[in-house]
Amino acid sequence: MSNSSKGTTELIRKTLAKRYRAEKRFRLYGVIAILFGVSCVATLFVDIIGKGHGAFRQTYIQLHVNYDADILGVSDINDSQQVALADFSGLVKKSLRTKFTDVSGRREKRELYKIVSNSAEYELADRLKASHSLLGQSEKIWVLADDDIDTYFKSLNSSDGPFIGRTSEKQQQWIQSLIDDGQIELRFNSGFFKTGDSREPEQAGIGGAIVGSLFTLFITLALAFPIGVAAAVYLEEFAPKNRWTDFIEVNINNLAAVPSIIFGLLGLAIFINFFHVPRSVPIIGGLVLAVMTLPTIIISSRAAIKSVPPSIREAGIGIGASPVQVVLHHVLPLALPGMLTGTIIGMAQALGETAPLLMIGMVAFIVDVPGGFTDPATVLPVQIFLWADSPERAFVEKTSAAIMVLLAFLITMNTVAVVLRKRLERRW
Amino acid sequence: MQTSNLIIALLVMSALAYYFGYQRSQSFARQLGGVRNLHSLPTYYGMRVALWCGLPSALLLFICLAFEETIISKMLLSGMPADLRPNSIAEYNLLMNKIENLASGALSAEGVKPALLDAAAALGYLRDTSQSLLTGIAVLVAGVGGLWGWWKMSAQLRARQQVEKIFKGFLLLCASLAIFTTLGIFLSVIFESVRFFQQVPISEFLFGLEWSPQTAIRVDQVGGSGSFGAVPLFLGTMLISFIAMTVAVPAGLMSAIYLAEYAGSRVRSFVKPTLEILAGVPTVVYGYFAALTVAPLIRSTGTDLGLSVTSESALAAGLVMGIMIIPFISSLADDVINAVPQTMRDGSLALGATHSETIKQVIIPAALPGIVGGVLLAVSRAIGETMIVVMAAGLAANLTVNPLDTVTTVTVQIVTLLVGDQEFDSAKTLSAFALGLMLFLVTLGLNFIALRVVKKYREQYE
Repeated sequence: MSNSSKGTTELIRKTLAKRYRAEKRFRLYGVIAILFGVSCVATLFVDIIGKGHGAFRQTYIQLHVNYDADILGVSDINDSQQVALADFSGLVKKSLRTKFTDVSGRREKRELYKIVSNSAEYELADRLKASHSLLGQSEKIWVLADDDIDTYFKSLNSSDGPFIGRTSEKQQQWIQSLIDDGQIELRFNSGFFKTGDSREPEQAGIGGAIVGSLFTLFITLALAFPIGVAAAVYLEEFAPKNRWTDFIEVNINNLAAVPSIIFGLLGLAIFINFFHVPRSVPIIGGLVLAVMTLPTIIISSRAAIKSVPPSIREAGIGIGASPVQVVLHHVLPLALPGMLTGTIIGMAQALGETAPLLMIGMVAFIVDVPGGFTDPATVLPVQIFLWADSPERAFVEKTSAAIMVLLAFLITMNTVAVVLRKRLERRW
Repeated sequence: MQTSNLIIALLVMSALAYYFGYQRSQSFARQLGGVRNLHSLPTYYGMRVALWCGLPSALLLFICLAFEETIISKMLLSGMPADLRPNSIAEYNLLMNKIENLASGALSAEGVKPALLDAAAALGYLRDTSQSLLTGIAVLVAGVGGLWGWWKMSAQLRARQQVEKIFKGFLLLCASLAIFTTLGIFLSVIFESVRFFQQVPISEFLFGLEWSPQTAIRVDQVGGSGSFGAVPLFLGTMLISFIAMTVAVPAGLMSAIYLAEYAGSRVRSFVKPTLEILAGVPTVVYGYFAALTVAPLIRSTGTDLGLSVTSESALAAGLVMGIMIIPFISSLADDVINAVPQTMRDGSLALGATHSETIKQVIIPAALPGIVGGVLLAVSRAIGETMIVVMAAGLAANLTVNPLDTVTTVTVQIVTLLVGDQEFDSAKTLSAFALGLMLFLVTLGLNFIALRVVKKYREQYE
């Protein structure tokens, strides 16, 4: 007896080192898995911030412009017809030629004209329209550089050497001389937050997409929050235990896991082709996203209602309130923080969603900032998708910057949700 | 009157109805000597009258608006000469658009058939008439309803019960929307799918080995034969999902185990939210990351090793999709591992098992159904994921399981077929809905099984 037990102890002692090694290995796997996950987060953020931080500053070139009435072809400044048709690009070209006198030949001239963005002429036009006294005068103004020049200028001091891309040697010399004269510099790119999409990367901005996202999210919130809360209240407080209720629950749980693209098909077939809701507008986007986020809101609202203790309800009933009054006067106000948290998380999900919106035409190229719920619009994630597909190098920077803005929105929303929960959460 | 103005008018009328109902109940109360002699509180009487005023007119308005356009276009068509009447849905849409543009003045009237001009004029007239008719009827119904509700008031009226009944009906309607949504999804994919299967046999779709949805627009066109064998898409979807799961399952599961069993509260409070960031990142960002960072990296690594890697390899999309799914699996696994009763751990440790032995031989087997359910949910998510594959996987439907090659997936094809201009009766467009049907059925099945497994498992320990 004692012999065999001694044998067992021996056996255990022998294998113990091996078992401890296995224990250590297992722990190591866990650490590796966690390090992998954390490093993925880090890589993602470093990669995107590294690529995108440059887009918040844009290259500007200083021009000496003489508002020459002959070049413009304007004889009477008060004739708006004449001003509208005036040749402002001629002014830009003239001022570039006076700066660089050594340019000869059509090809070189064309290259020279290309270093400033074609938005320069519109800016000059706006300035002249704003103050008529400028006609015949000279002034120094900063205009946007072309995107190729912008990319080249920003990469001049990078460790891998400048990104040449489509810039020619001649253009690089001109930029060098502009640098020597202090007539080229990086400035904060406020246009990025104000303008809509553009084919020219230097003029493209996320202003239109942000406004489109806001309109779309407003519709989503206005539909999904009341309906979601009402559904949750019904299921938690009033639903009888029957087949219909069970069926509703099964459907909600399944809808929460249906791929988002399927909701796009629903929007296309039912809302657009059957109910003739117009395409590409915030209304249809908001409708589809509301249907998509509804299960999330219902599930979190139910959890919030469930956490209100039954004693509150019993007390209410006890002093003569009807069940509806108990819910409206006591349960809902107490469950509201939890519901709001769930709703904010659902809204964050809707803000980041792209796939269903592609199906319902929110993927259009839209230059104007939308002014209402029925204007064609796009949203921030779709704008990112569109830019990611664009071949111009300058769009890489823009895309990453747009992603940074989107992530900033999402992180803010989630932080608000967490803070709200911490602040208003009640332990019963 | 415009619809928005009409809605405002109805709201104002309801508010007035509330006021009069409230006043009337107060006057009842004065006669009877106090509010406590009424059956319900005065606000309920007010609400009841407001509902009588607002609800029937709102319903009427909704129904009329839903059918207005259909009725108007029917009336227009019946007034047209026979040779102009459309034969198909496409022709019909074209014709309606033309009339619409004529009526709004976007299309000049020159050289247009007089019948169309008449129709455009009639359209404007019909719209105006229906608008004013609708306004009249809605206001009338609201007025009559409000008066009726006001007239029928008495001190014994069970106003609260009636208002609460309508309130509960509204709640039930909202809850039932989930069913209507599922039904809507099902109908929207099934109708178009049936039309698709009339053109392409279902056996070819399910078992065909070649996918090239370009259909010929003209009869004599070259290279537009259109073949709809979806096997390459299914295989591509499975390949990418498989790669994603080989990344996500070990990483997610091991981090969940470590966090639940080993990590101290400080590590946990830092790592858990960090991993959850991954879940909050929009998929379009992952797609961008996969296409611009991971894919070139894999390609250059592969080239250094002497392998030929395409720039849109399945590996890049799968890897990034795996990263996306890690937090999904880890949080689900974390839940089920924490649900295993502490007594089982204590029992195993007391018998002399090491911590890892306890985990491998007691906790994991106990938590297995829950973990399997979580993994199934993750698979359904991988299959339905769209943006990563749209941006990082290719369009070429290759029948291959080589992860370094380009494959395409069901979701990529749905997006490609439906984005942009589309004709609604071509097999090409309809095939997207057939793919959608397959996607819906497969994910629905997976979710259903997974939810049942998880539910059963939870019941076991509760």
